[in-house]
Order: sequence, then structure tokens, then C-alpha cells
Amino acid sequence: MSLLTLIVLLGFLAAAVAPALTSLLGRRVKFVLVLYPAGTFVALWLMVPQIENGNVIVESFSWVPALGVSLSFLLDGISALVGMIVSGIGALIIIYAGGYLRGHAQISRMYALLLFFMASMLGVVFSANLIGLFVFWELTSISSYLLIGFNHERLSSRAGALQALLVTGLGGLAMLAGFILMGMVGGSYEITELISRADVLRAHEFYPAMLLLVLLGAFTKSAQVPFHFWLPNAMEAPTPVSAYLHSATMVKAGVFLLARMMSILGGTDWWHYAVSFAGASTMFLGAFVAFYQSDLKRVLAFTTVSALGTLTLLLGLGTEEAVRAAMLFFLVHALYKGALFMVTGSIDHETGTRLLDRIGGLRRAMPITAVTAIVASLSMAGLPPMLGFLSKELLYEAKVQAPFASFLLISLGVLSNALMVGVAALVAFRPFFGKMKDTPKHPHEAPWSMWLGPATLTLISLVFGLLTAPLLGGLWNAAVISVHPEASPVALKLWHGLNEIVALSAFTVLLGLLLFWMRDRILAVIRPPAFLRALKAEQIYHLMIAGTLSFAKRVTAVFQDGLLRHYVMFVTLVVVMFGFWSLLAAGPIDLAEMSGGLHVHDVIIALVMLGGALMAAYSNSRLVVIGSLGIVGYGISMIFLLYGAPDLAMTQFAVETLSVVLFVLILARLPRIKDIVSNVVRVRDGVIAGLAGILLTVLLVIATAEPLSSRVSPFYSAASYLEAKGRNVVNVILVDFRGVDTLGEITVLAIAAVGVFALLRQGSKEGKP
Amino acid sequence: MTGLLFAALAGALFAIGIYLLMRRSILKLVIGLLLIGHAANLSIFTAGRLDSPIPPIMTQDAIQLNAPTADPLPQALILTAIVIGFGLQAFLIVLVRRIVGRNGVDDTDEMTSTDIVDRGQEDGK
Repeated sequence: MSLLTLIVLLGFLAAAVAPALTSLLGRRVKFVLVLYPAGTFVALWLMVPQIENGNVIVESFSWVPALGVSLSFLLDGISALVGMIVSGIGALIIIYAGGYLRGHAQISRMYALLLFFMASMLGVVFSANLIGLFVFWELTSISSYLLIGFNHERLSSRAGALQALLVTGLGGLAMLAGFILMGMVGGSYEITELISRADVLRAHEFYPAMLLLVLLGAFTKSAQVPFHFWLPNAMEAPTPVSAYLHSATMVKAGVFLLARMMSILGGTDWWHYAVSFAGASTMFLGAFVAFYQSDLKRVLAFTTVSALGTLTLLLGLGTEEAVRAAMLFFLVHALYKGALFMVTGSIDHETGTRLLDRIGGLRRAMPITAVTAIVASLSMAGLPPMLGFLSKELLYEAKVQAPFASFLLISLGVLSNALMVGVAALVAFRPFFGKMKDTPKHPHEAPWSMWLGPATLTLISLVFGLLTAPLLGGLWNAAVISVHPEASPVALKLWHGLNEIVALSAFTVLLGLLLFWMRDRILAVIRPPAFLRALKAEQIYHLMIAGTLSFAKRVTAVFQDGLLRHYVMFVTLVVVMFGFWSLLAAGPIDLAEMSGGLHVHDVIIALVMLGGALMAAYSNSRLVVIGSLGIVGYGISMIFLLYGAPDLAMTQFAVETLSVVLFVLILARLPRIKDIVSNVVRVRDGVIAGLAGILLTVLLVIATAEPLSSRVSPFYSAASYLEAKGRNVVNVILVDFRGVDTLGEITVLAIAAVGVFALLRQGSKEGKP
Repeated sequence: MTGLLFAALAGALFAIGIYLLMRRSILKLVIGLLLIGHAANLSIFTAGRLDSPIPPIMTQDAIQLNAPTADPLPQALILTAIVIGFGLQAFLIVLVRRIVGRNGVDDTDEMTSTDIVDRGQEDGK
């Protein structure tokens, strides 16, 4: 059975055909496209009973067998849970996007990209091979880039998109390096294999490096401090994208990765401290900054950062209770935050603004949206009877029973959650109560396609809150076991009776409401301290970008200054460097083959040629230069003649004579040669050129030091007359055996002749022959 | 030893050729290219061994080339190279003539742009 593979591949297929379908079906296309995520959701729902008791379904296809890479997928508790979140919310988002971008010229691109993302994300979730996981991971980054930059004519969209891509892309590369280390140490890229060898990995000396690299990937993707800044900037995306990618699904990929890696890399002190510290600081900082925002969408973005921090913290703690809380909060957050983002989009769509100061009293104009927002906020604030209440109870329980720093974690947790309650109240009351305000557009209720999504998600939050155990219990327990295999199944209950946890909850809610009540006064009195505002992590990003660009400019200015002679110099230098380097590695040369006498006439010819070449280099007189070049040419003809190559000698003589004539005829009227460079430059160039010459000589000596064994020459010698009826072997090779090559050579000559002719004609036309 | 001598000669020609490529005069650059061509031909010739001065041509009644003669294969390669080299050389000479005739300079340092340099304006700066 290969259902998972089919699901992923179908998604990419759906993305590919979406534009054509859109132009064919128009507005109704959303009902066709929604079949993919809805079908996926149903298929996964039906699979849940098979994996409830901790079973794992694995599918595997060979991909790059030489590198041990296979395209393999697995379905266990957490991948079913996340897969259902991705496909379920995805279905609602497709409908929502159809309403939000109604009449938009590029709506087909939106559908295609959303489906492309969906398939990539499902690939990440189901991947059972680290390399496959990395590929799908990068595909989600790319689709996120394209979706954030959907309104590409806006500068801020493009900047936000690029920032998200660079930050998550760099993290992704670090993660790949970590995966490769894991593969090297563990001997496999298959996750199931690696889990069985987890002890070896954790004990290995590379463990800190691989953990750090993998964590970099997870932290950048899930916007953990100090990489959190890209997420609020990603809010440039159209709201359906923000609701889907940047709150409910893609940003959770990092948390998902942590959960996947926990049974391989988790359980060590390194893991506990690094992951919990990042999570705790992100949880608090996100909630704190969210409280100060005035743009509704940025408020939600920072609370998302805070929620991602909470999830990371829980996985960092890694206890049974913490994993239980994390798996529930994963779902809870996706439900309420997806709904709230869609509500924000509706408000923006209907009023033309999403600034908190400019909206109010919308409950009459937008009743369904208002009810949805309020109920979803209840879940965000963690109030009964919503699912959010349950998850917050588990959260506190996990923190109370944390193995270390329990008191600190509880204090931070209560403070962060109180801020969340305050923000939830802000989101629920500010837009809908109070006085109606003048908005850029006259507000009225959003179309059904835009309230269906948030209302459904909110309804699920409510129903799951009331009927948790029968509806959700199996899947949730399966997810917990897949992350923490030793965990025992427990029953979820809304009400645990009065205990310290409930007391903490009540205190949190009161504190949160107080914060909401006092918000205007708090904002007026306590601004975030100046150093905190100046010390933005984003500044580091900008500095790095500017630094990279100016570094590239400086490098280019040095190596590519536009002067040909410098290009030649650098190329020669590099060749010489690497040439000598590999020669040094090769060891000494055997000169035995080189023995034998030396003829006096050879030495004389060589010296004459050397003299000619030096004259050509040294002289500034054109005639002397051309004459010296002639001497070198005639000298080489002599060598050909002496060593059994009369054909070459004749050709070289003819060519040399012709070229001297050509030079004299055409270059006689050129200006005198000037070579205005300092002696230092001459010496530098001389040294570089000399090294290049020595390299060539040494290479030639090495080549001739080996005994020659050719199979080609004896063949030509034997077959020349028998097959081609020619007794001059060189001629036979050229005109018979390699006749086509010679035809090519003649063609080159013809082209050169045409070029010469054209250049001369053009010159004479301009009156300057 | 002959091989060593010619290997050294090829290296020397190559070095002088590279040196000339790094000069500012475009005529010197052309000469440098031609010297490098000679160095390449000589390298192939030397690498093919200089064992015999007898050309690889059969006597009138032979049906096979009998050793020891010079190796025919490097000769075939070099013959092609010489002819192609001549084509390149002719084209280069005419091109240099055109460039110098048009721009009035033979200095490669001033040929850093594909646009025609307005000499008058540059001098006026």
C-alpha cells in the first residue's frame, strides 16, 4: 500500500493543473481544488485506527541508492495529527482564499502555490528519510517565499519574502549538514533506523555539532529568538497565507522536527538546556511584544512566535507530561490561530484597515465574524469549555513537574499566558465593541466563503473541548507515544477538580484581564526600554546582508577590475598554485627515460629561438618584434625537420612567411608600442610567467618520463596503405581516417577568412583602412 | 636529454607568451598568443618522443610502416594546430588593426568598455 506517496504526489499534480482548471472553471474552481485536501483529510482520518496503538506504517522507494537515499514515508501518531491539521485547515483555506481574492487577476497562482505548499508540507510530515525530509523542507521555504511575495509589486512584500527565505534557507542548510553528520555516524538516513541507533549517536563526539546544526534548522523555521524577526515581516503575505503557513502549519515544521528528532537526539543535557532556553525566551518575548502592537495582524504574529516558543519549551523539557501538553497545544494553537487570522483577514477585507485604533463596534455589521472571534479568543485565553483550556491545564502541569527550574518556568509561563489572555481580550473586544469608527470601507458581513473557515475551526475547538476523549483521545495518545515511546495512554478530561493548577489558571486569567483593562495606561507609561528597541535581532540580519554585499563588491573590485592583464594574472596564478601543489603531493620524478646525448645543433636552435622570443618580448619596435617572431617560427620548423616531420616543417615555413608578410603589410602603420608600467609590475609579471613556464616544463618532463605505449599510432602505421592506399601516414590520417575533422578545420579557416574580409571592408567604408 | 632541452624551450616560450599577455600593448598580446601556440605545438611534439629522425613515410614498395620512424599521430595533431593557428592569427591581426584604427589606442587598459570612448570628452575632464 502506498497511500502516503500517492497523497504527496497528487498534491504536486494538483498544483500543476490548478492554473488551467481556474481558467476553465472560473470561480467554481475552489470546489474542485478543495477535493485534494479534503480527500487527504478523510483518508488520514480513516487510517487513524491502524496507528492508534503505536503502529507505524512505512512506504519506501529507492531514489538515489548509491547515496543511501530513498523516498520513504511513514505514518505514525504525530504525522497523522500534523497531516490532518495541514490537510484540514488547507481545505478551509482554499475556500477562504477563493473569497478573499475574489476577482483577483492572479488567483490561479495563489491556488497553485497553496497546493504546492500543501504537498511539500505533507512531504515533510510523512518523510521517513532525512534527505527526503530536507528536500520537502526546502520546498516549503520556497513556496513560503513565493506566497509572502504574492503582491510582488510592493517593495515590503519582496523584502519580507526574501528575508524569510534567507533566514529559513540558511537554517535549512545547517540542518542538512546536521543530517549528513547523523547519517555518517548512524550509517543510515532512515529515521526508523536512526532511532534504533540513538545511543550511538548521542554518545558520539560529533553529537553537539549535529544537535546544534539540526536545532538551527528547527529554530529558524519556527521563528525562535533570535531568528523570530522574519515571521512578523512575513505578514506582508495575503491573509489566507498568513493564516495557513505562518500560524497553523509551516512555522510548526520546526517544532515537528524537534518532536521527530527527540527519540534520536533528545534526552541529553545539551538538548534540555538548549531547546528549553530558546523556547522559554521566545515564549515570553513573543507575548511581551505582541501586547504592544497596534496592527491586528502583527499582534497575532507575535502571539504565534510566543506559542511556538511554548511548544519548543515543552519539547525541550521532554517529560511525558510535557509531550502530552505539546501534542495537544500543537492542535489547539492551529485551530484558534488559524481562525483568528482568517477573522482578521475578513475585518481587513470588509473595513479596509486592521489597525486596532481605527476599528470598533463591528459586532452589528459583522455578527458571525464577531462570534467566531470571541469564541476563538476564549480558546486562546485558555478558558473552559474550549480545547484551549485543556491544553493550558496540561501546560501548567508540565511546568509544575518540570525536572529543572520549575519555579522560573511557572513564573515565566504565568506571565506569558496572562499577556496572551490580555491579547485575546484585545482581539475579541477591540474590533467588535465600543463605538463604531470611520473605516476606509463601509463594513458589512464577510461572504460565506470567508466565515466558513474560521467558524468551522472555532466550532471544532468547542466540540473537541466538550467531547475530547471520544473524538480526539486515540489520535492524541498515538501522537504522544510516537514522540515519547515510554508514555502511557491517559484519558483527556475537561475538568480535573480543584487543585493548584486550576488556581494558577484562575490567577492567570485575572492578571490577563487586568492587563487588558490597563493596556492604554500601561502603554502610555511603560514603553519598552530604549536599549531593547535598539537591540533588535533584525539589525543583525541587515548588517549581515549589507556586509555580504560590500564584501562581494570588494572581491569583485580586486579580481575583476576590468583590466585584461589582471585577469590573465589571476588565472595564471591560480593554475600555477594548484599545479605546483599537486606536484608536491605527487613526489619526485624519475628521469631515467631522459638519458641520452645532446646534439650541438639542437642547442643552437633552442638558443636562437629563445633569443627571438626574448627580443619579441623586449623590443618596442614593431619591425623587430615581427622579425623576432619569425625567427621563433622558423626555428620550430627546423626542429620539425630534424625530428622526422617534413610535412610540419613545410607547413610551418609557409605559414611563418605568410604571417610575417601579413604583419608587415597591415601593422606597419600602427602607433609605436608603448608599455607604460613600473619595473615592479614587470618583475611581478615576469615571476608569475616564469612560474607558469616552469610548471609546463615539469609537466612535460613527467609526461615523457613514463614509457610510451600507444595503440593508436601502430594502428595507423599498419592500416595506412592497406586500408587507405596512402604511404605518407600523416597525410592519410588527416585526409582519410580523420577526414571529417579536417573538413571542420577547413570550415574554421573559411569562417576566419570571411571575418577578415568583413573587418577589412568595414574599415575601408569608414575611410580609415 | 633532447626531450629535456625541448621541454625547457617549450616552458620558456610559454612563460614569455604569458608575460606578453599581461602587457598593455595589444600587439604584444597578439605576439604572446602566437608564442603560446608555438609552445603548445612543441609540447605535443616533445611528448610524442623524439626517438627517430626518419619521417613516417613508407618506401615505394612497402605496405606497412616499419619501425623505427617518428610517430605519425602527434604530427597529424600539430599539422591541424598550425593551420588553425594561422587562421586565428590572420583574424587577430586584422582585428587589432581595426580596433587601433578606430579607437586610436593600442592600450588594453583603455578597452574596458564595449561602448566607443569619446576621447575628446575624457581629455577634457
